[in-house]
Amino acid sequence: MEISFRDLMTVFHGMGFGALFMLAFSAALAELYRMSAPGAASVPSAREHNLLLLYLSVMVVLAWGAVLSGAYIVYPWYRAVVPEGVIDLTDYPKFLLTSSPKTSAWHSLGMEWKEHVAWLAPIAMTMVAYVFAKYGPALAKQKQIRTAVIGFAVVAFVATGVAGAFGAFLNKYAPVRGGAMIEIIAGEQEGQ
Amino acid sequence: MANITPIKTDEIPNGPGAAAILAAGIGSAAMGIFALAGDAFTSLNHFFTFYKPTGGLSGVSTSAVIVWLVAWFVLSRRWSGKNVEMGKVVSVSFALLAVGVLLTFPPVMDLIQGK
Repeated sequence: MEISFRDLMTVFHGMGFGALFMLAFSAALAELYRMSAPGAASVPSAREHNLLLLYLSVMVVLAWGAVLSGAYIVYPWYRAVVPEGVIDLTDYPKFLLTSSPKTSAWHSLGMEWKEHVAWLAPIAMTMVAYVFAKYGPALAKQKQIRTAVIGFAVVAFVATGVAGAFGAFLNKYAPVRGGAMIEIIAGEQEGQ
Repeated sequence: MANITPIKTDEIPNGPGAAAILAAGIGSAAMGIFALAGDAFTSLNHFFTFYKPTGGLSGVSTSAVIVWLVAWFVLSRRWSGKNVEMGKVVSVSFALLAVGVLLTFPPVMDLIQGK
């Protein structure tokens, strides 16, 4: 079982950062609401507050990891210019997609949207984590701040969803491949 | 937004929260505006190419992050320890966030450019 270096980096970008970040959202939103909504059943303990703060901080790291690894590791391979004389576009995903009217919108809509909208998520989540660190359970008394925090978190979730979904589709139609092959597990040949 | 009221000693002022929220809105809008500008003008796309392998996206995103952090720093200093009209701040922040979302959507970018 082996994987190319570029495939591995794409997995880190999409699954390691992006998907984990997406998975963390539902719990974060539920906890933010539960701990800060007025009339909450109980006042959160310092331990609960610190735990959610740690959780939100990890989400911030994942969000920045996703956009930075996407923009500076995976995207340059995706948009690499085809050298003169090369006919096989397999290693040039952007040009492979734009070479056919049947796939060009995966780039002009999918990648163009994904590469920009994704940046709204780390900006929003950094704000959410900061505001929670600053106010914590006192958010129950700050209805408008709470509304803004949850609103920005929901938009960050949607933006990440758009980026993640298009990332998955783009990787199906024009995967970023190449680089050294990395052997993960040495398999056995069938029939032996 | 600029109306500032004295705070009670037993409550956390909303100024720092308002600064973070408005700055996030400003950063989001900056992302959309820079993305549109880079798409519309070739010269700006070249200007935004801070790192050649990533192209214009490197400058668009870096510039938006800088605008966001500078806005946050300035607003934090201005509103530190104060209460501001939170309703207006939240409305403006959501409007700026909507600008960011809309201007990063390629069909809206194309519509504005008349493509």
